[in-house]
Amino acid sequence: MTEEKKAIEMIIDFSEDDKPMTAYDRLKAARATTRPTSQAYIERIFTERIELHGDRQFGDDPAIIGGIGYLGERPVTFIGIEKGCDIEDRMIRNFGCPQPEGYRKVLRLMRQAEKFGRPIICFIDTLGAYCGADAEERGQGEAIARNLLEMMGLSVPIISVIIGEGGSGGALALACANRVYMLENAVYSVITPEGCATILWRDASKVADAAECLRITADDMILFNVAERVIPEDFDNFDEMCRLLANQLDADLTELCKLSPKRIEEDRYERFRRLGIIEEKTESYRVVINAKLPRIRINKEKLKQILHLRKKGLFRGAKRRKAGQY
Amino acid sequence: MTPVRRSDYIETCPACGHELPTSRLKRNLKVCPRCGKHGRMGARERLDALCDKGSFRELYRGIGSRDFLNFPKYAEKLRQAKKLTGENEAVVCGVARFGGEQCAVFAMEPGFIMASMGSAVGEKITRTFEYAMKHSLPVVGFTASGGARMQEGVLSLMQMAKVSGAVGRHGRDGGLYIAILTDPTTGGVTASFAMQGDIILAEPGALIGFAGRRVIEQTTGTKLPDDFQSAEFLLSHGFIDAIVARTELASTIALLLRQNKRRRPA
Repeated sequence: MTEEKKAIEMIIDFSEDDKPMTAYDRLKAARATTRPTSQAYIERIFTERIELHGDRQFGDDPAIIGGIGYLGERPVTFIGIEKGCDIEDRMIRNFGCPQPEGYRKVLRLMRQAEKFGRPIICFIDTLGAYCGADAEERGQGEAIARNLLEMMGLSVPIISVIIGEGGSGGALALACANRVYMLENAVYSVITPEGCATILWRDASKVADAAECLRITADDMILFNVAERVIPEDFDNFDEMCRLLANQLDADLTELCKLSPKRIEEDRYERFRRLGIIEEKTESYRVVINAKLPRIRINKEKLKQILHLRKKGLFRGAKRRKAGQY
Repeated sequence: MTPVRRSDYIETCPACGHELPTSRLKRNLKVCPRCGKHGRMGARERLDALCDKGSFRELYRGIGSRDFLNFPKYAEKLRQAKKLTGENEAVVCGVARFGGEQCAVFAMEPGFIMASMGSAVGEKITRTFEYAMKHSLPVVGFTASGGARMQEGVLSLMQMAKVSGAVGRHGRDGGLYIAILTDPTTGGVTASFAMQGDIILAEPGALIGFAGRRVIEQTTGTKLPDDFQSAEFLLSHGFIDAIVARTELASTIALLLRQNKRRRPA
């Protein structure tokens, strides 16, 4: 405990005048139209790119961009959900809400990457999968389900970066990855805070409260083990930020590429297998939060919360699983 | 005409207004004998009615949900749901037999917070698939769900990936998975294990879809046809294998299990 405490103290950001951002502030930041979109990251991170189109079944969804490029020396497949840079572009790209053919295009590119042993990098920025009558007719649910199923079984490393909004199943369909990064102000949620507020209080204006309840920020994702890294945002020096991100991606890929194809699939499976907090009557609470300290600036209030929980014994490290206990 | 027992209530079919005693409705598997409307069925009730008599053995009953986010009204909702259904969680898992064929089985309970999928539901279904893989059993799953359980935040979303991983492993190992979609199967469950079956069946008239009807009408500003997102709609668009009436379901599942038995590699 003392050791842990020491470690925590070292991470505290002591800048007092820095008012901590609320979940709603971050949500607004994640949705800001001035924010760089997938295209911008892809242009800066990968060299000698070629964009590939179409799902070979129905059409080409402009909300999804993908192709092959070099990350340093390494050829990789990149896929991104693109919101568009100006109003016209946004209309064409359906504001970053992919259609079923978009998800099928993702799957096609991923299968192709697996065939040629290329790692996959995904950039995620979407409110959610497009919900319209035509999308339902073409099987939006089936398209996402198929992506989840196949992605979980891929034998090449996948890293997903949530650069803005990670909206529900529409985002998860690109995020069944070995590593997930969150940008500092990115959010990841099971339902839009607006939707949640409507269901809870029948009042869509209580978005801020809903955002707080849902725990959607990058810090929360680290806490729940849903993401591994938080990438600091610095849009004024965007090129430099992308360079750092590229280095990070390269370092993690080097690590992951050392694993055998079978181990890569296992690594991903085990990563998701751990997620979830349940109560099991046969034994004591099995709280599956990894208590490893997040490598991020942590604000004092949250820290107090964690320490308080830990005192109550509610926030414990993951218990070691007995062999074959799953 | 069956005599009305003292203990019986008179039930009215919501579709055609046909009146009949509860015991009769129950014997007909909650299907209206006049118009064929399939009423909603609880998980345990369904397993009792469809599996071979006495063959069901429950697994993982001890797993339940926790209000770890301190989400408004969640603890209260959980308590009410447990009281209302007598279940510990929104899915019942175990092993059972259909027509003598052994399989792992799970059924979702629509009375339990709309059978939404939280950590516990994800964990139970994942374990069921892992159990089936370990014992080389097929899986028969009855889905019904309002989607992911938002009261558990992003971790409920992660269950979609977790279960998908287990379904994939079971499938690559050569296991058969039959999904039976019942009314209503929507949201995150449609977008994960409901649509991942080797064979996907549905009950007549079941509502199956990804986005909610109201949400679509609001976003697109159009009125949707009545049969939109019905089992028949999905069948005609090629997303399910067949629609099977509940009274035929047990024998159909038995047949499929028999036909798709693992053969030794030649």
